[in-house]
Amino acid sequence: MSARISGISGKVGFNDLKQLPGFWTRKLGKDLYEVFIGPQHPGSGHMRIIIRVDGDVIVEADPDMGYVHRTMEKLGEGREWIKGIPLYERMAIHDACNVTLPYVEAVEKLLGIEPPLRAKYLRVLLCEINRIAAFLYGFGIFGVFVGHSTMYMWPFGDREVWVELADWLTGARLTHSYPIFGGVRRDAPEGFTDSLRKAIRYMRKRLEEYRKIYVDNPVIRARLEDVGVIPRNLAIELGITGPNLRASGVEYDVRYNAPYEVYDELDFEIPVFQEGDSLARVWQRVEEIKQSLHILEQVADWLDKHKGEQIMHDRFWKTAPPLYKKVFQETGRVKLVPVFALLKVPKGKAYARAETARGEISYYVESNGANKPYRVRIVSASARNAIVFKYILPGHRVMDLPTIYGSIDYFPPEGDR
Amino acid sequence: MSIDELADMVRNLLAEYVVNVEVGKDLVHVEVKEENVIEAAKRMKEAGFDHVKDVTAIDYPKEGIIKIIYHLSSYSKKELSRYVVGLGYSIPRDKNSVPSLYGVWTSADFQEREVYEGFGIVFEGHPDLRPLLLAPTVAELKPLRKDFIVKEEPIFKK
Repeated sequence: MSARISGISGKVGFNDLKQLPGFWTRKLGKDLYEVFIGPQHPGSGHMRIIIRVDGDVIVEADPDMGYVHRTMEKLGEGREWIKGIPLYERMAIHDACNVTLPYVEAVEKLLGIEPPLRAKYLRVLLCEINRIAAFLYGFGIFGVFVGHSTMYMWPFGDREVWVELADWLTGARLTHSYPIFGGVRRDAPEGFTDSLRKAIRYMRKRLEEYRKIYVDNPVIRARLEDVGVIPRNLAIELGITGPNLRASGVEYDVRYNAPYEVYDELDFEIPVFQEGDSLARVWQRVEEIKQSLHILEQVADWLDKHKGEQIMHDRFWKTAPPLYKKVFQETGRVKLVPVFALLKVPKGKAYARAETARGEISYYVESNGANKPYRVRIVSASARNAIVFKYILPGHRVMDLPTIYGSIDYFPPEGDR
Repeated sequence: MSIDELADMVRNLLAEYVVNVEVGKDLVHVEVKEENVIEAAKRMKEAGFDHVKDVTAIDYPKEGIIKIIYHLSSYSKKELSRYVVGLGYSIPRDKNSVPSLYGVWTSADFQEREVYEGFGIVFEGHPDLRPLLLAPTVAELKPLRKDFIVKEEPIFKK
């Protein structure tokens, strides 16, 4: 058991600052220094990585998470079932549908209900929109890490297309609270699928431009290729997840291995790369955006063919007052029926998982029959990927840290929960 | 492979260690005894359950027990990856040390640290057991146990 690093020893006044705050170093021995990176470091986000360096080679790394821990599991125990949805999406607000979907599914498993087919398609629609937006967000952050400011501007601009679409569909740019028990909160507005198809065409064109300026750029490739290699067996042993896992040659995607919603009815591929380096992880995400666009096309076609179908399970819908039904017919909006406020979920335990942009998120939900969950255990994708820094960073140079950190697409609020 | 076949497979695999098997929707829960958990884990890993999806504990103050559960699945075997198997055991609430399964699954590393900080359960044999998300002073309060009650402050003070 190694000693806990308790920060900076001694009192440091403003005038005797020798280094910039957020980047402290401490000499441990001859040529061995301890460097604190973060949590205010612009590169690491709300997370600190403590590394020990020999020269500029990292010999030990200690990812220190928890700076944005919001006690999701404890808070969830004290709130009614429906309040879990707006709470848990705070983990990754730009990936809100993917992050809350398994919670909704787990509760539906306990209730023994299944949403209507159109609701399932609408969920998949928002999940894929979220996924693309989250990947573009990750690209932008990664771009700025490796000093490629165009790759910061472009994806953030293009992400706006998807955020606006989500806004139009749900009424909120982020934190949509879209899937609810037994269905979704709103139907797709008139003309939505046409704009969606336009966005798909635009994104395909842009991905080709990303390739030219960024992924195939010799300067970027020199920094990414063969850096931060995660071999296949190590990826499995560490239990990492998402694009990082598939970039290491493991064929695993929840949408494919344990299909939920309507993913087993859709036609798409799971891209897998064998290299396992930072470049492969970027390519992985580019290829996954292409597959998401392909899924969205099919969903748009389906939604056009099945207009006006029910989007809420009968069990809840039949409790809705006539005014609610009128609002739905006129605006396509489902007002939250009052029965949710007092919802009691039958005793039992359920496990549900979904593939978010950063990987698999899993919810273990246990109910004792009350109006609040007894226990909700959430393990998000970033929480499982954080282990990579401990085992992969040693042996790399300090300048490779931003490359590896960015290519893992670690998102501290999601990791800390 | 259907979920019942998986349950039978796990039952045969762990044979003498099994205390109870529960089959839920997409989830098989296997209860073993604490002293057998390392052996059971090794058998599970050999059978292809190569990673831990989560490690969790649940506090039952009325029964006076805490259940510790490792949710397992497989990356390398497709037929196993469809479902999740929960390998669990119960300990009395006042017992605070259990064997670590870090030696079997490296992926349990951070997860056991999380259970340690939330419930104050010490995983013997874990090489680096310290709080992961919480400050040490908060972790001492064992905040995820049921007897830790979050006091909500009123918006307007009387």
